[in-house]
Amino acid sequence: MSSAQPLWEVFVRSKRGLSHTHAGSLHAPDAHMALRNARDLFTRRQEGVSIWVVRATDVVASSPDEKDAFFDPSGDKPYRHPTFYDVPDSVTHL
Amino acid sequence: MVDPDVSQYCLRLGDDALVLAQRLCEWAARSPQLEEDVALMNLALDLLGQSRSLLTLAGAREGAGRDEDDLAFLRDEPDFVNAQLVELENGDFGRTMAKQLLVSAYALPLWQALCGSTDADLAAIAGKAVKEVAYHLDHARSWVVRLGDGTEESHLRMQKGLDEVWPYAFELFESDPLLDRLVARGVAADPAALQPFWRSCVEEVLAEATLSVPSTDWRPSGGRRGTHTESFGYLLAEMQHLHRSHPGVSW
Repeated sequence: MSSAQPLWEVFVRSKRGLSHTHAGSLHAPDAHMALRNARDLFTRRQEGVSIWVVRATDVVASSPDEKDAFFDPSGDKPYRHPTFYDVPDSVTHL
Repeated sequence: MVDPDVSQYCLRLGDDALVLAQRLCEWAARSPQLEEDVALMNLALDLLGQSRSLLTLAGAREGAGRDEDDLAFLRDEPDFVNAQLVELENGDFGRTMAKQLLVSAYALPLWQALCGSTDADLAAIAGKAVKEVAYHLDHARSWVVRLGDGTEESHLRMQKGLDEVWPYAFELFESDPLLDRLVARGVAADPAALQPFWRSCVEEVLAEATLSVPSTDWRPSGGRRGTHTESFGYLLAEMQHLHRSHPGVSW
């Protein structure tokens, strides 16, 4: 039965102020059931306050074949990290 | 605080939840799909939690030193006072969902009413249960509509399951002297007052599911007095044998 049903990706927001994070995937016949299944599968230990479900086929993913072109060019550019600044002593909470 | 009436009332509520939980657990690893397996076990765990609180309270108000385990595992069939509806065999998934719909549409207004019980402990249990059964009703409603308004096969099986469990629902709304006394004290919910919500809720779902309201006038009853259906003894045997074979066992 499950194999005939579309796959859904589940995103859970663990608390207000944080973003939705990918939690896993599940099978369900439609969005209504996907949301309820996600509630039962991924938030039964109080993991969330909000759930998104997205059809897996609607997720556009980068291809493993393009990995080098996509990600390697950023590998030798450490100056893009904000690590070259001296933080003044008076600045707290950083 | 010993109060035999409240004790007996909590026993009824607790037995309803316990027996329904046990029946739902029979679906473990047998559900139509993995996701539904977890969903059903969540419902069962909610009900088991309710029954633990209720049986503990029943034991405390009885004042004979019996705890939740004594009441769940060491009573025999005629001592159980659950309604017969909850003990009915699961049948197929459609029949189970029909039963879930009929029970949940009763449990929601029941716990809503009990949130205002003059018994503070019972009201506290109700405050937690009311959110749980609201989800149970939503779950059952979704499936009944999906299967009823689904394929020809699912419609037939949904209607058949509904027809089979329907007559047993009306025991839930029966009154007796115990309930009359407790309603007068503001402890219990008046069962007759729960029926209008149940009727309109169930009929709305059935209409959406293109199912017909069963027309039978047969009204089996007796669970509250310890009379049970044939399959109930087997349910108890499975539920109780471990505790009786190994008293005090835990893990």
